[in-house]
Amino acid sequence: MDVILWSRIQFAMTAAYHWLFVPLTLGLAFVMAIMETLYVVRKDEFWKKTAQFWMKLFAINFAVGIATGLILEFEFGTNWSNYSWFVGDLFGAPLAIEGILAFFMEATFFAVMFFGWGKVSQRFHLASTWLTGIGATISAYWILVANGWMQNPVGTTFNPDTVRSEMASAQAFWEVATNPVAVSKFFHAVTSGWVTGGIFVVGVSAWYLLKNRHSEFAKKSILIGAIVGLVGSGAVMLSGDASGVHAAEFQPMKLAAAEGLQDGGNGAAFTIVPGVKIPKMLSILATHDPDGFVPGINDILNGYTDDEGNVVPSVADKMTMGRTALDALAVYRSAEDPGIKAEALRILNENVQYMGYGHLEKPEDVVPPVGVVFWSFRLMIGLGMLIALVLLLSLIAVWKDKLGTWKWLLVAAIVCIPLAYVTEQVGWIVAEVGRQPWTIQGLLPVNVAISSLSAGAVKTTFFLFLAIFTLFLAIEIRIMVGAIKKGPETIKE
Amino acid sequence: MKSFKDRTMAVWHFYRDGFRHMTWGRPLVWLILLKFFILFAILRVFFFKPVLSGLTDEERSRVVGERIIAGPDGSESPASDSYQL
Repeated sequence: MDVILWSRIQFAMTAAYHWLFVPLTLGLAFVMAIMETLYVVRKDEFWKKTAQFWMKLFAINFAVGIATGLILEFEFGTNWSNYSWFVGDLFGAPLAIEGILAFFMEATFFAVMFFGWGKVSQRFHLASTWLTGIGATISAYWILVANGWMQNPVGTTFNPDTVRSEMASAQAFWEVATNPVAVSKFFHAVTSGWVTGGIFVVGVSAWYLLKNRHSEFAKKSILIGAIVGLVGSGAVMLSGDASGVHAAEFQPMKLAAAEGLQDGGNGAAFTIVPGVKIPKMLSILATHDPDGFVPGINDILNGYTDDEGNVVPSVADKMTMGRTALDALAVYRSAEDPGIKAEALRILNENVQYMGYGHLEKPEDVVPPVGVVFWSFRLMIGLGMLIALVLLLSLIAVWKDKLGTWKWLLVAAIVCIPLAYVTEQVGWIVAEVGRQPWTIQGLLPVNVAISSLSAGAVKTTFFLFLAIFTLFLAIEIRIMVGAIKKGPETIKE
Repeated sequence: MKSFKDRTMAVWHFYRDGFRHMTWGRPLVWLILLKFFILFAILRVFFFKPVLSGLTDEERSRVVGERIIAGPDGSESPASDSYQL
């Protein structure tokens, strides 16, 4: 394997590891905040102890997950230095906001949440618990602004002098911060965290019920966990719908790969599994019109005209325009004559949106691994629906007081905890593998974003990371399982 | 009305007492410190040196520009012969 593949695998592993901890942080934060709110409003000590137990599990997850994202930033500078320079002007602001917010909010409110019981007022403590969750959520927003820009690079212009994508004005910053892809991605990712947090609480509580321990605590925790998880599931579906429309508009190849759609058309069917289709459903999901046009892989390769009459060039034509842009950039950077420079700049600006295509060797390079994206997409939707069903049944079971008799549901809830993590991971596989070969859509493919490193050096750090990550994950699971087994012992029933 | 010094001391005592009275959280703090050590004292220092560090912004633009202008395989790709100015 070459250095590009090793660097991609290393980055994917780091991101996947980071995303093991983030969803539970985002989801559990709101579960415990709701429980503490119940304590403050009802003045019931039971809810205080319940909130404290989930805070303990939150802290374990937080402690092991903290700073895992920093490794991604190390990799940017070492493995992806060309990319880092290219986006440096743009990503500086959102990542600085994220870093400052994360540090100050977490250092302040997280500490008050854990050290402040009995030392600060109930209301201040409650506010700190909520702000810990809100801080983590805001932090996620700025990361997803950066990610969203890579999927849909809006609000910036390419500066041939600095070789960077730059924001020219405050208006440009606003465009980047409100990029529709970033907004839908934010809601999709954060609310998926609510689902993970919800099913985690329901699953752990189900284990207590199966063991006949802490029954009251478990039933009430299931109630809160199921509500948070179901609200999250609803929001995930709505934001997923928006993501589908955005993929159709800005990354049609990703959508075509996720559907395994070779030849598109009007009134396109949605494939549940190969051979089982829902007529017109893909057109509805992608365009909100049952007869809307959805391009397939071949349409994108060969060029097509969309429903609004816009002619989308073939990939071969885009490659020609991309090479014209790169030639113009070369002339611009080497020419001394102002007239030649001005003409080169004009030609560059005319073709810059296809600049990245100039680096492709053949049109088929724009097709991501279809099988991986196709099956990851189905796994994400299928498992997401299964978890939503288990959450709904858990809520019904609480309402009808059937938790004690529906043992199968308790087992299903426990099984759904690891499945929630699988769902989170395959969701990111759809998003990130689906946009290959681009680090920045249309502008910078992975083979140019990469640093000049040897594959051996990347391999060494890959296996080093794998060992460290596995060790930390094993430690977390051990501490977490120990805390769960111990249970909320201080709660008297 | 508390002075700035009193407020600062109160915050200091809050954190100090919090850490002192930790029970189950103590191993987690050690875990975080161990992780920071591995990240910043080992990985960052020995394995993850930024490739473009030590260069001026102009030099970075030149290095990245040369790679972007180069062809798909990274080899030099001179401006097309048909390029008309």
